[in-house]
Amino acid sequence: MRLIRDVLARRGMGAVTTLPGLLVLLVVVGLFLKSRAILAVEPLSRLLFSSAWHPLKGEFGLLPFISGTVWVTVTALVLALPVSILAAIYLSEYAPRWIREAAKPVIDLLAGLPSVVYGVWGVLIVVPFVGGVLAPACGVVSSGYSILAGGIVLAIMTFPTIIHVTLEVFATIPGALRDASLSLGATKWETTRRVVLRKGAQGILAASVLGFSRAFGETMAVLMVVGNVPAVPRSLFDPGYPLPALIANNYGEMMSVPRYDAALMLASLVLMLIVLFFNVLARWILVRVERRTR
Amino acid sequence: MNGETPISIRRLSVYYGDLQVLKDVSLDIPARKITVIIGPSGCGKTTLLKSLNRLLDTAEGVRVRGQVLLDGEDIYAPRTEVTRIRKKMGLLSQKPQVLPMSIYENVAYGPRLHGLKSKKELARRVEHYLRVAGLWDEVRDRLREPASTLSVGQQQRLCLARGLAVEPEIILGDEPTSALDPQSSQNVERRLLELKRDYTVVVVTHILRQARRIADHLAFLYLGELVEQGPAAEVFAGPRDPRTRAYLTGEIS
Repeated sequence: MRLIRDVLARRGMGAVTTLPGLLVLLVVVGLFLKSRAILAVEPLSRLLFSSAWHPLKGEFGLLPFISGTVWVTVTALVLALPVSILAAIYLSEYAPRWIREAAKPVIDLLAGLPSVVYGVWGVLIVVPFVGGVLAPACGVVSSGYSILAGGIVLAIMTFPTIIHVTLEVFATIPGALRDASLSLGATKWETTRRVVLRKGAQGILAASVLGFSRAFGETMAVLMVVGNVPAVPRSLFDPGYPLPALIANNYGEMMSVPRYDAALMLASLVLMLIVLFFNVLARWILVRVERRTR
Repeated sequence: MNGETPISIRRLSVYYGDLQVLKDVSLDIPARKITVIIGPSGCGKTTLLKSLNRLLDTAEGVRVRGQVLLDGEDIYAPRTEVTRIRKKMGLLSQKPQVLPMSIYENVAYGPRLHGLKSKKELARRVEHYLRVAGLWDEVRDRLREPASTLSVGQQQRLCLARGLAVEPEIILGDEPTSALDPQSSQNVERRLLELKRDYTVVVVTHILRQARRIADHLAFLYLGELVEQGPAAEVFAGPRDPRTRAYLTGEIS
């Protein structure tokens, strides 16, 4: 009897564990089926690489949205990665304990703030700053609702995640390893750069991937500051229209337009595949880094 | 003047917060001999060792009073450059700590930091000190592999080679064989005995038999206090303090 229960428990937990994995597959399949209506009449290459978005004329080119997503995310990470890694290094290696202990709950709090709050803050502060200060400084005219504003807001939203995970990674590196480097006459910075960062490389990469995943999918805050103009952006000061914003703004609104919902489903599918692609890419890099150093 | 006592500890007290870990310790370490510091766990041995190359700096809330003179220079003086002090000493820790890089890079790490650029000279040094540490023949064909692929015993000898490669005057060992199997331990002990021809060696251990095998000079530390010190043979043969006697006979441990 007890043995049967043991088997049941194992099978049960196994099933529960596989479920989320299956879910990913189901979502992909579901989205694919739903977007077949548009895939059947339009060639995929035109859907993905055309920048003509005129739903009323039946033109559903997703390129503006795909490039908007990529622009905003890359901007965000270029801003967020160095800052958050340096902050994590400071907190883990240099800061006295009380600062570290005080910073942790603040960071976690930031990670938990609803994204609308970041959005409002972005509209009130970041957008005027970009439009009124940065753009004139660069000799560009911009409303402020732009890729850059989206990138800044998104960067600030991903800081806490990356800092938090990176801190945990650094905490797992034994103090004796740092001592080993220091006792050879290395300075603290040399030790950090050549030993701590190297030892933690995988973890930092994992942290970045988490940040990336959040950044790609983040909808609300970005939607509020990025301008939402369906054109391929040419500079950081241009407005953009990322995929999540497209879906959130239009789903359930313009359903009378033929094939509109199928186009949105395709947009979701593309977004999902982009996120999956970057996850797989990161994992691949991780494995290679692991093999090289250890 | 200090040729014979490269390290001289003068009335050293160390506090972790309110806890006093070392109490007024004074000890002269003779050149080119193995000085072994014995004592039960938690008596401050490791703290004493780490005070010698200022690794205590990295811990928080540590206060140091007194002096440690290295070749006559107070290492705790405010103007002393800590990296220069540490370059004069190689450290072997309890568990070998290999750096996350290849075997070759581990040994080249220190010399590179101190400005050695020439590839040829680097390669020469790496080979030389790997030979001194008795590891060369085992790793000569796999220098580019990650150091973590070595066995623990090999890793400890790699750490020894790495420490020697910065060309220090002093070797510090913090229970350097405690993580090793008997054979590797013996190997490391033999290296230390060879090295005392050229280096001053300070080893902390709680293994009495190890102290008997390798010590020239012996210091007994008990509850943060330096109870007794002297030539190893004398202390082992006739301990003067009852606490030393009790420790040597195994009554306290």
